[in-house]
Amino acid sequence: MGSNMAENHPVGFQWVMEARLKGATVMHVDPRFTRTSAMANLHVPIRAGSDIAFLGGIVNYILENERWLDEYVKHFTNAPVLIDERFQDTEDLDGFFSGFDPDKRIYDTSTWHYAGMPVQETAGERSKGGTKGEQSGHGAQAGHLAHGEPPEEDETLQHPRCVFQLLKKHYRRYTPEVVSQICGCTKEQFLEVAEALCENSGRERTSAIVYSVGWTQHTVGVQYIRTAAIIQLLLGNIGRPGGGIMALRGHASIQGSTDLATLYNVLPGYLPMPHAEKDTDLAAYLDNHAGTTGWWGHFDAYFISQLKSFWGEHATKENDFCFDYLPKIDGDHSTYQSAMDMIDGKVRGFFLFGENPAVGSANSRLQRFALASLDWLVVRDFVEIESASFWKDAPELETGELKTEEIGTEVFFLPAASHVEKDGAFTNTQRLVQWHFKAVEPEGDCRSDLWFVYHLGRKIREKLAESDNPRDRPILDLTWQYATSGPLEEPSADQVLREINGVGPDGSALGTYADLKPDGSTSSGCWIYCGIYGDEENKAARKHPGQEQSWVAPEWAWSWPLNRRILYNRASADSNGKPWSERKKYVWWDGRKQKWVGEDVPDFQEDKPPTFVPPDDAEAEDAIAGDHPFILQADGRGWIFAAAGLMDGPLPTHYEPHESPFENPLYSQRANPTRQLSPRKENPYNPAASNAYPYVFSTYRLTEHHTAGGMSRTVPYLAELQPEFFCEVSPGLAEERGLEHGGWATIITSRTAIEARVLVTERMKPIVVDGRAIHQVGVPYHWGTRGLTKGDSGNDLFPVALDPNVHIQEVKAASCDIRPGRRPRGKALRELVESYPSTLEASA
Amino acid sequence: MRPGELIGRWPLLRQVREGDAFGLGRAVQSTRTQELRPRTDAAQHVVQSICPYCAVGCGQLVYVRDGKVDQIEGDPDSPISRGRLCPKGAASKNLVTSPSREYKVKYRPPNGTEWEELELGQAMEMIADRVIETRKATWQKQGDSGAPTERTMGIAMLGGATLDNEENYLIKKLAMGLGVVQVENQARI
Repeated sequence: MGSNMAENHPVGFQWVMEARLKGATVMHVDPRFTRTSAMANLHVPIRAGSDIAFLGGIVNYILENERWLDEYVKHFTNAPVLIDERFQDTEDLDGFFSGFDPDKRIYDTSTWHYAGMPVQETAGERSKGGTKGEQSGHGAQAGHLAHGEPPEEDETLQHPRCVFQLLKKHYRRYTPEVVSQICGCTKEQFLEVAEALCENSGRERTSAIVYSVGWTQHTVGVQYIRTAAIIQLLLGNIGRPGGGIMALRGHASIQGSTDLATLYNVLPGYLPMPHAEKDTDLAAYLDNHAGTTGWWGHFDAYFISQLKSFWGEHATKENDFCFDYLPKIDGDHSTYQSAMDMIDGKVRGFFLFGENPAVGSANSRLQRFALASLDWLVVRDFVEIESASFWKDAPELETGELKTEEIGTEVFFLPAASHVEKDGAFTNTQRLVQWHFKAVEPEGDCRSDLWFVYHLGRKIREKLAESDNPRDRPILDLTWQYATSGPLEEPSADQVLREINGVGPDGSALGTYADLKPDGSTSSGCWIYCGIYGDEENKAARKHPGQEQSWVAPEWAWSWPLNRRILYNRASADSNGKPWSERKKYVWWDGRKQKWVGEDVPDFQEDKPPTFVPPDDAEAEDAIAGDHPFILQADGRGWIFAAAGLMDGPLPTHYEPHESPFENPLYSQRANPTRQLSPRKENPYNPAASNAYPYVFSTYRLTEHHTAGGMSRTVPYLAELQPEFFCEVSPGLAEERGLEHGGWATIITSRTAIEARVLVTERMKPIVVDGRAIHQVGVPYHWGTRGLTKGDSGNDLFPVALDPNVHIQEVKAASCDIRPGRRPRGKALRELVESYPSTLEASA
Repeated sequence: MRPGELIGRWPLLRQVREGDAFGLGRAVQSTRTQELRPRTDAAQHVVQSICPYCAVGCGQLVYVRDGKVDQIEGDPDSPISRGRLCPKGAASKNLVTSPSREYKVKYRPPNGTEWEELELGQAMEMIADRVIETRKATWQKQGDSGAPTERTMGIAMLGGATLDNEENYLIKKLAMGLGVVQVENQARI
């Protein structure tokens, strides 16, 4: 769901096809009929933005028909745990959970906790600060639990306040009829999917759920994934071969860039960035974020080892290991906020590393205004992307809103080296860290980003060397000694990887994060990568042929943590440590050897028996019982109910997209009440349920292009294969609006209007929702003003409306109008857009 | 071509001579076909790599000749991709040798109407100066609440998902040293 895997991840899709040949049922639930639908046993079209209703319907189906895997649910999840008696559900409060503050539009999440104790979120405690959108850690949630067990439980799952009963109550109205009403599919289609999923789960079988940005890019994006997690935990599909929830990500190292944390809210390894008000010193920071039980119990060792990697000998126990050197966050510093701060003159300098926000970010028009407001901009890319050339070819020049001579931005374009011109590793979408070797030297001024960052840092340090300003100590004390080689003085990526891995007191590379210490005797740039350079071997570079090893292929590259290929794989055995079935054998307890064995590296303490019960004073991993596989959680369980860690609710709830032509059939609260809105001149919204914007539109990608096009519109073969920007509409919509196949259409929102060639196709079907037929418009988003194939940018149409947990934009469902013909040019374009209604109100 | 040679090339004769009775083998190949060589044949060495597009992480083999990329093919040893590449991955050679690629630094001064040339070394000096100046001008010791922040909110960074892990790590490390908190990448969007 929310993915067109055959189109966008075709080589990964070979495994889906192979599974289908072996008898697997492939189901595709998606607004459009795509290449993936064509290869599936079943395609169910649903309205864009209605997935939680569909998934919630499956949860209800599992519960009503008693299809959950009982032993898994009772031992491995928090279904038996009792929740605080003050907790109130959206069923009680008409679309709100308890704790909502209508003025600040945020939740006080304290009533969502486990009964009898204050649960806190470990890696990134948000509830204390209360500032909206200061999500500060992806990692696990935990609380201070005595011996790893929640205080109140009902193993019979009958107590009205236990998670299981709360779940039943929350989803009981998500019946097949309601799913059909909200999503626009038939009741029978829904039931076929729900039944097939249940039939193919259990001891003998597992089911996997695959998603992409069709799920994440919503104002309730995080909750989409949460709903899938609930389904998979109920059905026993996590930690088992053939199970899981697979996020198909779109960039070669988007997983690695998340792990190694080019994100404002996290440090490498999902350690939260310190918060100015809460994390006033090292002790406070550790107290706020370290867990007592579970593997986050060693948070101090991970963090202090990281400070040692950053500041080496300067980081001592006496100076809190340079904790004060880290800059602090105190709000939403995400890229959308930064762009608005550029327009407001607060952000003056900007670096772009292989990213093209003038095409790729929501409301790319706002992004271009932001770029035009900077003092200076550094663009590193292969080609002159739109974010480098905006000052001479932005569409806003044509409308007269910008003038080249008046744009004060100083632009440095530095050509980048390609993947074959440097050593380094990408982490793929399943956490596999794969090394690529340099094949040729980069030409001309092309350099790797490693070169750029290293030498820029070196120059800045040289220029500041004489400074006695305390502000400059963190940069001057940074460990920045990297060996360079060759005429270009290229720094060694291998050496950087070894630093990420970390070293012990004797200076040799560590083999596991379990050896990290909180006393400053070890270093590790990113604890979850510790072991990748164990025994002084770059294990990311292991290329033992797949066909010469087991099907798990452990000797091809390395996956974090500790080369475990399936996370939480202790769950592949039942509570007693026996494989759920012979067919699904993966990791199990060997009673004779007294250890966990199997196909993979066990994601559990190797010698902890399944019968282990932690003593009262146990801490960290020693406080996790032998039948609790989720070792990063304080209670070792998969969280059906998220007692901490989320901004918008402990259970996923169907809300309409911010710009939806519909009311919410379930609650009078229409959209996510905590979604992040930024109404301003450059970012107006379409009024809710406005007749002026009667259609739903959604963006997507094509096989032949890559994201914002910088690596495909500029490549001759690819530009030729997919040469023109288009939009997809149904024959019904074409007739309704007089659109001609192959002709032009203009798509309009309150931000702007763009033009595209029309592709009329039966694959697009109107969806009947609540008795009303709604047409959807599909828009690939790869195009911009430059490249070998040019076109308007789909992202120009969207507003900045964000998920409150992760600040991701809603670009998979919004409302629009469409009319035949090309868009007006010059000032007339703005006149057309301004003839449509818009609002700057942040309506609830 | 001499008559003898021409006759010798007669497929029927070759079928008999080469024991290819049904004419399904070499006997029916033209000289041109026989002389065809795999496009990777001229490569002097092969380097194992990973596709730079999506996150499936298909294995690639980079064939190098005279210090240039001669061909990029799928790596059959990869247990992920088993030698396969999609249209983008298969166009990787076209990506790294694209006529659209830039090889020189380009500079646009404030309010400028054209790109100008700039030496790489000088560009690095100027960028280092900009960072230092902006950082100094926008240094923030305290946030709105009065709590110490020790950072600059005047500089932001974006990108990293197309880069290597090691590059991301170094970007983050440098940013932490400089007090730059607005470090973001494609994972946000």
